[in-house]
Amino acid sequence: MTRSLTLTINGTKHDIELEDARPTLLDVLRERVGLTGTKKGCDRGQCGACTVLVDGRRINSCLALAMSHDGAEITTIEGVADGETLHPVQAAFIENDGFQCGYCTPGQIMSAIGLFSENGTANDPEQLREGMSGNICRCAAYAGITEALLDAQTRLSGKE
Amino acid sequence: MNLFDYKRPSSIADAVAAGAEPGAAYLAGGTNLLDLMKVGARKPDVLVDISRLPGLGEIETLQDGSVRIGALVRNSDLARDAGFAKAYPAVAEALLSGASAQLRNAATVGGNLMQQTRCLYFYDQQSRCNRRQPGAGCDAIGGETGKHAVLGWTKQCIATHPSDFCVALAALDASVELQGPDGARSVSLEEFYTLPTEDTPGGADVRPGELVTALTLPADAAHFAGHARYIKLRDRTSYAFAIVSAAAMADISDGVVQDIRIAMGGVAARPWRARAAEAALKSKAPTPELISAAAEAALADASPSGDNAYKIELAKRLVHRAIEQALAGTPQTIPALPGSVFAAQAAGR
Repeated sequence: MTRSLTLTINGTKHDIELEDARPTLLDVLRERVGLTGTKKGCDRGQCGACTVLVDGRRINSCLALAMSHDGAEITTIEGVADGETLHPVQAAFIENDGFQCGYCTPGQIMSAIGLFSENGTANDPEQLREGMSGNICRCAAYAGITEALLDAQTRLSGKE
Repeated sequence: MNLFDYKRPSSIADAVAAGAEPGAAYLAGGTNLLDLMKVGARKPDVLVDISRLPGLGEIETLQDGSVRIGALVRNSDLARDAGFAKAYPAVAEALLSGASAQLRNAATVGGNLMQQTRCLYFYDQQSRCNRRQPGAGCDAIGGETGKHAVLGWTKQCIATHPSDFCVALAALDASVELQGPDGARSVSLEEFYTLPTEDTPGGADVRPGELVTALTLPADAAHFAGHARYIKLRDRTSYAFAIVSAAAMADISDGVVQDIRIAMGGVAARPWRARAAEAALKSKAPTPELISAAAEAALADASPSGDNAYKIELAKRLVHRAIEQALAGTPQTIPALPGSVFAAQAAGR
C-alpha cells in the first residue's frame, strides 16, 4: 500500500511517495531525495554516521521510520553551510583534522551542532567527549574531533 | 524487515483498539523496535504509531506530591528538566548514563520501559530463545554468558533487563500506568517485569492491546534528593549497557538513615530491589561494617547462570560504593561522565 509524506529538508519542502511504510528516514534521504551526505554505517543506531537534526534535535536517522516523521523539519549536512561559507563546525573540523577517512564526519558534525544547541557550550573536553559518544570514528580521529569541538565553540561564541 | 501496515491513530482509545489487533505493535521513538525488526526478532503486521497521541508528553507534579511522567516524554527531556533532575538526581543520572545523546533524543520513557533484553541469543534468529518463541529452549545457557543474570533466573531464561532508568525508578517505588481494551490499571514497576519461572521466560507484563501511558513516582520519592547516586560499570565509560549498576538513595537526619533504597541493574530480568541491604542500614547510623553487610546482603541469593560468577563480586563492590557515594551526598551537578564510579572524586566534592 503506497504511502505519502512531506518532509521539509534543509528548508525545501519535499512530497515523497513510498511503496510501503518500511523506509527509514535515512533511506528516504539517501535513496529518494538524493542527499547522500548522511551516511549509512551500522544501520543499527550504534555508530552515529546517520545523525541528522529532526525539528532541531539530533537523532539516528537509521532508527527513525520516515512515516513517523511526516511533516518534520530535517537538517542534514548539506544544509548547514551558508552558501560557500562553511558552518563554523565544518570549518573547525577541517582546521583541526577532525577526521581521517571522512565517512563518519557528516554525522560527527551534525552531532556536534546538535550538542551545542542542547548544552550551550562547555570547555570541559570530558563533557564534549561524553556528548559525542554516540558517534564512532573507526579511524580514531577522536583527539582531532575534540579539538575541533573546542575550536568550534570559540568560533560560534565569536559570532554571537 | 517484513512488510507491515502503518496506522497513526489520533486518540488513546483508537490506539488501544488498533493495538489490540493480533500482530500489532506500538511505535514511539522506534529506537529499539526498528532495530529488532531489522534483525527479524520482531515481525509485527501493523505498526500503531503513538508518537503524536495527545496528553502523554507532560511531566506533572500532582496535588499529593507525586509526579506523573507521560509515556511520550523523551529520555533527554526528562533528564534535562531542571526541576525533575533536582528532585530525583539519581534518575536523571541513570537516564544520562544510558545510550547516546541521539538515542535519548528519540527514545521515550514508555519505550525505555518496554525495551527488550539485549541478550544476543534473543537477537540471533538462528538461536533458540524462549522469550522470542515460548517453548523453543534457550541457547544462551552454555553459550556466551558473561553478561547474563545472577539473580532470579531459571533454565527458561537467563537474560537481563537492560535499562538504567528503570533501576533508579524501582528504587523509588515507581509505578506504571497502562491503558488497555478493558480499561486502565497501575502496577508497580518492579512487578511490571515478571521473572522467569520453571515454565515461562518472564518479561514485561503487558496484556494484548495495553499501552503504557505514564510512570508515577510517589510523594516520598522526593525525600532522597540529598543523598542519591546511580553508578554503572560497563565495557567503556559511555554508550554501553551496564555489566552491573547500582542505585542508592538515602534519607538521613541526625546522622541516622531514616530510609534507604538500593536497587541493581544488569543482574536480573527486572531492576532488582535489594531489600535485605536496605534493612541492614535502615534506622542506623551508617558505619563501614554496616555498609559491607548491606552489600553482602544485596547479593546473598545470587548464583552464576554461566561464566558470570565475577558479576556477583562486582555487584557487591558496586553496591558498596553506591551506598558510600550516596551517603556522602548527591553531587552538586550531574558528573561529566554520568554514572561513572570515578565521577565523585573527579568532581572534587
